[in-house]
Amino acid sequence: MSAIRSIAVHKHFGGCRAVDGVTLDVEEGEVCALLGPSGCGKTTMLRLLAGFERPDSGCLMVGGEIVAGGKTFVSPERRRIGMVFQDYALFPHMTVEANVAYALGRRAEGAAARVREVLELVGLGDLGSRQPHELSGGQQQRVALARALAGTPKVVLLDEPFSGLDAALRARVRQEVRAILLAAGVTALFVTHDQEEALSLADRVAVMRDGRVEQVGTPEEVYGRPASRWVAEFLGEADVLPGTVDDGWVDCELARVRAEGVGSGDAEVLVRPESVSLSLGPAAGGRTQVEGVVVEREFFGHDQLVHVELPSGRRLRSRSLSHPVWHPGDRVRVQLDGPVSVYAAASPA
Amino acid sequence: MLPLVYLAIVVVGEPSDARDAVWSREALELMLRSVGLAAAVTETAVAVAVAIAWLTVRTDLRGRRTWAVLCALPLVIPSYIGAYLMVSALGPSGLVQDALGVGSLPSIYGFAGAWLVLSAFTFPYVLLPVQSVLRGLDPQLEDAARGLGRSPRQVFVSVVLPQLVPAIAAGALLVALYVLSDFGAVSILQFDSFTRVIYTTYRSSFEREGAAALACLLVAVTLLVLWLEGRTRRRTRAYHRIAPGAQRRPAVVPLGRWRLPALALVGGVVLLALVLPVGVLGYWATKSVAADIDWGLVASAAGGSLLAAALAAAVAAAAALPVALLAARHPSRASTVLERFSFAGHALPGIVVALALVFLGTRAWPALYQTLAMLVLAYVVLFLPQAIGSIRASLLQIDPHVEEAARSLGRSPLAVLRTITAPLARSGVLAGAALVFLTAVKELPATLLLAPIGFETLATEIWRLTSASFFERGAVPSLVLLAVSAVPLALLTFRAHFDQ
Ligand SMILES: Nc1ncnc2c1ncn2[C@@H]1O[C@H](COP(=O)(O)OP(=O)(O)O)[C@@H](O)[C@H]1O
Ligand SMILES: [Mg+2]
Repeated sequence: MSAIRSIAVHKHFGGCRAVDGVTLDVEEGEVCALLGPSGCGKTTMLRLLAGFERPDSGCLMVGGEIVAGGKTFVSPERRRIGMVFQDYALFPHMTVEANVAYALGRRAEGAAARVREVLELVGLGDLGSRQPHELSGGQQQRVALARALAGTPKVVLLDEPFSGLDAALRARVRQEVRAILLAAGVTALFVTHDQEEALSLADRVAVMRDGRVEQVGTPEEVYGRPASRWVAEFLGEADVLPGTVDDGWVDCELARVRAEGVGSGDAEVLVRPESVSLSLGPAAGGRTQVEGVVVEREFFGHDQLVHVELPSGRRLRSRSLSHPVWHPGDRVRVQLDGPVSVYAAASPA
Repeated sequence: MLPLVYLAIVVVGEPSDARDAVWSREALELMLRSVGLAAAVTETAVAVAVAIAWLTVRTDLRGRRTWAVLCALPLVIPSYIGAYLMVSALGPSGLVQDALGVGSLPSIYGFAGAWLVLSAFTFPYVLLPVQSVLRGLDPQLEDAARGLGRSPRQVFVSVVLPQLVPAIAAGALLVALYVLSDFGAVSILQFDSFTRVIYTTYRSSFEREGAAALACLLVAVTLLVLWLEGRTRRRTRAYHRIAPGAQRRPAVVPLGRWRLPALALVGGVVLLALVLPVGVLGYWATKSVAADIDWGLVASAAGGSLLAAALAAAVAAAAALPVALLAARHPSRASTVLERFSFAGHALPGIVVALALVFLGTRAWPALYQTLAMLVLAYVVLFLPQAIGSIRASLLQIDPHVEEAARSLGRSPLAVLRTITAPLARSGVLAGAALVFLTAVKELPATLLLAPIGFETLATEIWRLTSASFFERGAVPSLVLLAVSAVPLALLTFRAHFDQ
């Protein structure tokens, strides 16, 4: 059963179609990322799910029950959804403990024990008596998470959960948060505009653009087999080579590769830098080798990105480990040794 | 709303007279005079208040917290007491002239005197909200602007000032409305503004229609002021603090060689608006020999004042919270109209509201007429906007996500209001209630007309004594009135300044 189901949901603000027909399923227990550029409607989607906005049309279900659609509208407090806001939205006049206990209601049995339990879960067991403003950003975020988890919600929604943290902290906190979510066994939908974050954290990724979901799939699927050129380029570096499809195969400057499901005619071949390998020396002949000239190199420590110019004058990037060291002007053999994506040439950019 | 209906009824009942009164040349001059006075006082109050707010919150001014409290205190001096004290000090053959032994001082009557007195006693209306916003500002924004290469002066103009605009506008609105509806000061200083002319028209001839028509004109002027304020509000969206992570204190600006001018400014304002009036009052009080004071009367009057003002403060705060909430959280046309209408109450002269309630009490609700409830109702109608303005400002400081978070944690809207919004807006609610209390304690015309028979307040007592020229005897109740209103105000400002 889907923990979250959205069917053709629309929401507009004035003339702006923030959410324009989103259909999406999130399975129980899964961590799903809603990935898209800023302004594509991700926050609006979360707010619709949480019940802070009413959809114009379409249907939203949480835990198998309709929460919005037709005449039904379940108010936010009865949806059992935990929400972690981008700015955390901690209650400034309450201690950490009181913030978390707020989720349990005043008369709840064993509230104190549950508060301790979730604070332990997020690793803040000894900070319960602090005020929110006495915590660092990362700690505030974990309090917000603990508060969202305390009432054992059906679903947790997180809006750009890591955007307020610095880069060094972000990578660590990311994995911590994933571990916490898995330990809690809760279904999580989180919003981000950072593809690395989505790919490394989620079981499944839904890519959003202009209020619509363009593709849903595992991180490997959306990265390796993007449904459109836009998705491919949004998810990572990619270069485009023109090609011609004929009978299930595509010919381009680098190679002839399989092109399933693309009709004959002009096509675009999307090549990720890690699918391009370089080797030394002039081409030894053979169809799949092309000679190029190194024009630029970006060094990142653990790897490098080398820009090469092909005989046609097109440029291609190649990502490899930091050795061997290439220099502008080096003549290299360029070889395709990874998957590529092929789209009919009219595919929108 | 009700006073407006009453005015409309009276004016419609007698259309031709009313039209004459409104379209006459005198009415036009009257309007220009009143608006001119309101504009001049508002500008002065804003300039003085913003300067003092900045000096007392952000700089190393010596004793800035004490100055902050002292500067808020003139708020407790009713305009009629202030004006009389100014006249008796600076007027012809007043105390200063006697003491200096000079022939004559510049005349304190007319526009200049009204401007001086009203500015001196109304600038705290701008000072208090501006100070509270200045204290809550995110210093990182200023650091960011400095980092973008702006000088401190540019930062103040481009970053700090825009964030103060909502508070300045709210305070300026109160000042402008105060001046338009002030009756005591303009009467004593013989400046013919709307209220004075309405009152004399009404009193001299019992000509209800003419007075009502002029009052309608005054209401129109008020609506214009409200409209102008609404436009500035639309241009300046609400600023919510958006900074996760631990909050920092703003840096203190060293005054350097500006130390003395700054002290002179703050000290001068305190001298004129506080030390001088209180000193003169003390002088009169010591002159009036303690023997001929009826202490029992003073005590019962003080009790009456406290009771009526406290009730008004509680009712107004309770009524203002939902209105402010609606205006701050769900800005729709309806909620804006509701807020505007409640402001209209403040702009109506107390005498008009009181007359309208007398009319309603005698005709429609005889059960309420001549009761304390009627007086409290008049206070609430008159002073609700003060509570709304203060509560609204503190609501805007609350991140709305905090309320949404509480909703999704399973609380109903009402529970969220009780456990999250109200506690976070508490300082604004308290400040609003305190403002209503202060204003209600000082209120004169409505109290005169609506207090039940035998119910004495300090204001009616002072009016009775001073209008019978027993000014020496009025000094003691005046001092008690000042003390009664100074205590909550001092507590409030002390708390705000020493809490952090
Ligand atoms: N309350 C609102 N009123 C008007 N426009 C809004 C509102 N909320 C969002 N929008 C608009 O809807 C679009 C999507 O916004 P949002 O969901 O916040 O995007 P994201 O979170 O993906 O950056 C934006 O163009 C934004 O300007
Ligand atoms: Mg967003």
